[in-house]
Amino acid sequence: MSVDAESTQPILQSYVGFDSITSQIEKKLLKRGFQFNVMVVGQSGLGKSTLINTIFASHLIDSKGRTQPDEPTRQTVEIHSFTETVIERGVKLRLNIVDTPGYGDQVNNENCWEPIIKYIKDQHSSFLRKELTAMRDRFIQDTRIHCCLFFISPTGHSLKPIDIVVLKKLTEVVNVVPVIAKSDSLTIEERIAFKHRIKEEMAFHNIKLYPYESDEDDEQDAALNESIQDLIPFAVVGSEKTIVVDGKTVRGRQNRWGVINVENENHCEFIHLRNFLTRTHLQDLIETTSLIHYESFRSKQLLALKENGQQQQQQHH
Amino acid sequence: MSHPRRPGNRKNVKKGFQFTLMVVGASGLGRTTFINTLCDAEVVPKRECDEPEMAHIEEGIKIKPYTVELDEDGVKISLTVVDTPGFGDMIDNEYCFQEILGYLEQQYDDILSEESRIKRNRRFRDNRVHALLYFIAPTGHSLREIDIELMKRLSPRINIIPVIGKSDSLTPGELADFKKRVMEDIAHHKIPIYNFPYDPEEDDDETVEENSELRSLLPFALIGCEEEVTVNGRKVRGRQYPWGVVEVDNPQHCDFVKLRYALLSSHFQDLKEITHDYLYENYRTEKLSRSTDSASDNDSGEEDEHSRLKEEQFKKEEGKLKEIEDRVQRELKEKQQELWTKEQQLMSLEANQVQVQ
Repeated sequence: MSVDAESTQPILQSYVGFDSITSQIEKKLLKRGFQFNVMVVGQSGLGKSTLINTIFASHLIDSKGRTQPDEPTRQTVEIHSFTETVIERGVKLRLNIVDTPGYGDQVNNENCWEPIIKYIKDQHSSFLRKELTAMRDRFIQDTRIHCCLFFISPTGHSLKPIDIVVLKKLTEVVNVVPVIAKSDSLTIEERIAFKHRIKEEMAFHNIKLYPYESDEDDEQDAALNESIQDLIPFAVVGSEKTIVVDGKTVRGRQNRWGVINVENENHCEFIHLRNFLTRTHLQDLIETTSLIHYESFRSKQLLALKENGQQQQQQHH
Repeated sequence: MSHPRRPGNRKNVKKGFQFTLMVVGASGLGRTTFINTLCDAEVVPKRECDEPEMAHIEEGIKIKPYTVELDEDGVKISLTVVDTPGFGDMIDNEYCFQEILGYLEQQYDDILSEESRIKRNRRFRDNRVHALLYFIAPTGHSLREIDIELMKRLSPRINIIPVIGKSDSLTPGELADFKKRVMEDIAHHKIPIYNFPYDPEEDDDETVEENSELRSLLPFALIGCEEEVTVNGRKVRGRQYPWGVVEVDNPQHCDFVKLRYALLSSHFQDLKEITHDYLYENYRTEKLSRSTDSASDNDSGEEDEHSRLKEEQFKKEEGKLKEIEDRVQRELKEKQQELWTKEQQLMSLEANQVQVQ
């Protein structure tokens, strides 16, 4: 029966069953598993490794901090990549954690961000090459960084000049989620004031943080994104140790003046960060890396290649 | 490693004294708050809320001395605290060390040139810094490159006492481990810090006990706080968290009280003596040997600072003497002139009188 383009959708007269495509996809995806690549950037001693281990509730990475006196101080930024597969209710997640020890730790930190930016771009580059190969793999292994956690030192004052330089460069190539590390050294008032200052500074420098606004967002998405943007930067505390609070075993830190419960929203914003990364925006982080950052890299590269090709042709003549 | 200490020295100074303390550490480690907590007053004004446009600007390190009069159990102390905002905040921090070193050596130079004067200024103010508190970040790992560099470069010129800023971000276990690692690191790099030296042979038991206790606390775990909160009905200086209150003056919570007592009561004398008898002497010897070396080497163009200084002094003294000479001459001439005029007057008077008769 013919349907006018502007009239309402056709009414199905009996159950077709294409709605099962979602579970068909799910079945395929469950078999394949998911890949999530997260990078941590920040000075040593800010609890980066501990936070990752707290988010994924397992000891995935070791701290790369300098602990032995005969260990020399790092002179450059190193890139350490570590992969582990975690399973939850039959869902396989291949987790790749990229640590960047040495960042911000030297007396002269000039250009310490370069190895990091290069690494991020190299992953885009390698993916593009595989994509352009005539005989390419059916499923290209995705090593592109989906999320970069940027650790801000809890000074209580403002962002440091190096933070501003690096945030600007990082946000151009990757989804950046800033966190205030070791936030248990700030009182609630100090935390509020600190966050306010940081937000002002980021706005002043036009630093674009994830999540980005999109036309595809419906009301619910937009509302959630707004509340996330309000919270950023997340004031976090990490812990792999557990303590007993009111009969419950929780992850926390025990001091002489009290017990910090990592999972208590009144103590810190760890729960919000964890949910944001794993329960609400995990898929979106992966998708925007591909649709926004990779696309931007790809078009620049292909344009450059085209220009290069044209120049070479001209030279031949 | 430590500086040598004069044996048997526990003077009880009841009259007032002067003490200069420098505080160094990256911003955000509680340096300025510590100064205000130590003096129990807002000596260093709270950092103005900078505009967001200022955050990326690298201002560089500033050296800011503040003098405050304290009263410790009846003893008057003129305390000068030298703050160093901007340390470690830039992308390249090489320059910071030289600035601080320059300031410390400048104070030594002033004393050196004052000592060389023929006529000394009795009211000359001694601005030498007697101790430097270096704030280490509570990373929980070990020392950072900037920590090692700073302490290495400055320890030949000043007593360094390492402290941990914002130590309330460490649990007791983490703090103990961190302190141990930091001290191992310092020993490994052979950095001579001030470690409350004592001689088990020569000093009395009380001194030995006191000093070894203070030594075991290094680096001192500090928390700074200017506000008061109420805990169990009593008012204390502390920081209120959702999970409890950290009290500045509670030795169970941090080492502030012990450090304060050491700096302002029990060990200031030792710190001053080491500064004068050892650190300053070394600087003096180095500087003077450098000048004599360059003189004997007959270096062309190498400025012989000290003898030039001496020459300048001599010239100044000579000039003064000449001035005095000239003045005396002038006065003599004036007097002679006066006398001659008076003589003339007398003579004319006499002449008049003769005429009248």
